[in-house]
Amino acid sequence: MTATSTVRIQSEPFDAAAEARKLSGGRTDVGALVTFTGICRGNEGAEPIAALTLEHYPGMAEAEIERHVAEAISRWPLIGVTVIHRHGRIVPGDDIMMVATASSHREAAFAAAEFLMDYLKTRAPFWKQVEKPDGKVWVQAKAADDAAAGRWAAPGKHEAAE
Amino acid sequence: MKLRYFAWVRERVGKAEEDVEVPGGIVTVGDLMTWLASRGEEYAYAFANPKVIRAAIDKTHVKPQAAIASASEIAFFPPMTGG
Repeated sequence: MTATSTVRIQSEPFDAAAEARKLSGGRTDVGALVTFTGICRGNEGAEPIAALTLEHYPGMAEAEIERHVAEAISRWPLIGVTVIHRHGRIVPGDDIMMVATASSHREAAFAAAEFLMDYLKTRAPFWKQVEKPDGKVWVQAKAADDAAAGRWAAPGKHEAAE
Repeated sequence: MKLRYFAWVRERVGKAEEDVEVPGGIVTVGDLMTWLASRGEEYAYAFANPKVIRAAIDKTHVKPQAAIASASEIAFFPPMTGG
């Protein structure tokens, strides 16, 4: 089985529902479709934010995400994967990024979507800067994100999920 | 060799990219950060704590021990915060 994959880095908004639906449209072997959408919050900690700006490393962002999509496809029986990540200025309530995974059964779709999110957070070259009332601040990386990505490296972890 | 900087590393250095002639004896990414830190106040500020700076050679993540000999582009940036 060859899984289809789509990776896009763009400044324009996207339609997460329509993008996810493309993975199951026109076929009858997809039994599970998992979509995660990352949305810009209106606060960072206790402070309100006006917007966030995402800087990225063009070329490497695509390459890094494609490497992880290929790994997900090799680890789980997936039918399709879509990852879209925006860059530039994004206001609260707007979508930042999405991951959609399609499989015959839910276990692989859930696990692959979570794996991709954990890796994107710590390995994809994007940096968030938030606009607070007193100025622009770079978002600090969270140790919890590193820990979340690290659990996928444990041998045998993914077999348990299949 | 082309160097690229992102996020607060870029802001502190004051430029997004530059071409540099790396002197002999600079073998690893870690050596390169030490050398960069000696190039002026803005570099010293950007590379004051090299432990928190990540690097990529030709768009692939590398560790500070990685050799730079065959690199054409090296990027420095803070830990990533996408997603």
